[in-house]
Amino acid sequence: MRIPCPQCGERDYTEFRYGGDATKVRPAHGSGDLKTWYEHVFLFDNPKGAHREFWQHTQGCRQWLVLERDTATNTLGRSWLARERAAREASHE
Amino acid sequence: MISRYSALALLRRALTGAPWQRAWRAPDPQPTYDVIVIGGGGHGLATAYYLAANHGIRKVAVLERGYLGSGNVGRNTTLVRSNYMMDGNTQFFEHSLKLWEGLSHELNYNVMLSQRGQIVLAHGPSQLDVLARKGNVMRLNGIDAELLERSDVARMLPFLDFSPAARFPIFGGLLQRRAGTVRHDAVAWGYARAADRLGVDIIEQCEVTGFLRDGDRITGVETTRGRIGAGRTAISVAGHTSRVAALAGLKLPVESHLLQAFVSEPIKPFLDHVLSFGAELFYISQSDKGGLVFGGHIDGFNTYTQRGQFAKVRTVAECAVSLIPSISRLRLLRHWAGIQDMTPDGSPFIGRTPLRDLYLNGGWCYQGFKATPATGWCLAHTIAHETEHPLIRHLSLDRFERHNGFDEYGIGLWTYKQ
Repeated sequence: MRIPCPQCGERDYTEFRYGGDATKVRPAHGSGDLKTWYEHVFLFDNPKGAHREFWQHTQGCRQWLVLERDTATNTLGRSWLARERAAREASHE
Repeated sequence: MISRYSALALLRRALTGAPWQRAWRAPDPQPTYDVIVIGGGGHGLATAYYLAANHGIRKVAVLERGYLGSGNVGRNTTLVRSNYMMDGNTQFFEHSLKLWEGLSHELNYNVMLSQRGQIVLAHGPSQLDVLARKGNVMRLNGIDAELLERSDVARMLPFLDFSPAARFPIFGGLLQRRAGTVRHDAVAWGYARAADRLGVDIIEQCEVTGFLRDGDRITGVETTRGRIGAGRTAISVAGHTSRVAALAGLKLPVESHLLQAFVSEPIKPFLDHVLSFGAELFYISQSDKGGLVFGGHIDGFNTYTQRGQFAKVRTVAECAVSLIPSISRLRLLRHWAGIQDMTPDGSPFIGRTPLRDLYLNGGWCYQGFKATPATGWCLAHTIAHETEHPLIRHLSLDRFERHNGFDEYGIGLWTYKQ
């Protein structure tokens, strides 16, 4: 599997560290609702199909990126830097 | 009626050339059952068998999406053992090993149990201390365990690297003589045939596409072969547990990962035991055909592809050669992959769910095959009595919500992600 890194181009997946589901939203700081935290920490959609996930290019530019991958086929889609997404989300707030 | 297998039946067939009957029927689904088990793998078939054999519940259907035994029951490395240390697991896996020991007779089907013994190696004094503690826990529970010194290991496994330059020096090991291997396909076929003889309907090519509900109660399933009602329904579909549970609206602490296994070209017998490396997750045994069967870690990201990445082939081969240098020129004959449920604490779930009359068995991580008989035994009990069997109380689905994860290896949660 070769992952398209927005900085470095297409690289073998062994250069990356997997970071899990990127669609999860962390509960707000100070949130004392344990059920929300339980769901955030322990439960997964675990879809068979389209999955949006974090990878860190540990043996390259060390950036975190978000990658689209089909978990049924390992076909890869687009990727972008995680900080770009974070900036976009911040600007929507 | 399907006849019993025996030496006499074998002789009669050999002399007359009469064809063997098929080992189980191929019935069409009935409108309703007392119990539906989703998943025709080892665990599902064992559950159906024990429902009929131990509890007299014979109006049971096993629904299999593909063909029988096409999943993980035929994709593992066939090891059985009961060297677990946490209270709960120790007794559960020992119950399983005891059932393995009588299984061929119980099922009238030769599952080819070979109790060749399993040796876990220690590569340092502290690791040997940990194994001694584990061995003591096992012996206190009436399970066989022997601590081996370096000289014992050298006598039993002379082909390991005992040179002064060994990267992973061998300090000793822990031996469980009753551990060994089982012919995994025969487990699926044996349970299927024995369950069928007791009246269980095994329905292949029947995919569950939805659940029938009455409020918070599950009353049956929608399938590709029509709607089937059920008093109680059990999910036993490891690998796809999240997908089937999602049809009932349940979200689980499970990610699906891929585990590869390997077999080498056949060679003369030289590895008499099941052997586990102490420096990495790596296990190896020699099949009756002579091939070395081995495996290692998961690939490392969630996937349903059943197709492994080459990088893992390389690291597993490195483990093999670190452990047994003399096999460095062996060629791989085949390698394959299975999809397994990974859970935060590495332990499975068996028992009831938030929905009434819906039972769940899944989350088996690396250890589902050896648990097959005990899982079937305990899940059947749980379904029949509507309350968890004492051996599986530590494996409840809500344990993370209760801050009660069951961490067999004592190394914290999420180790599979590190």
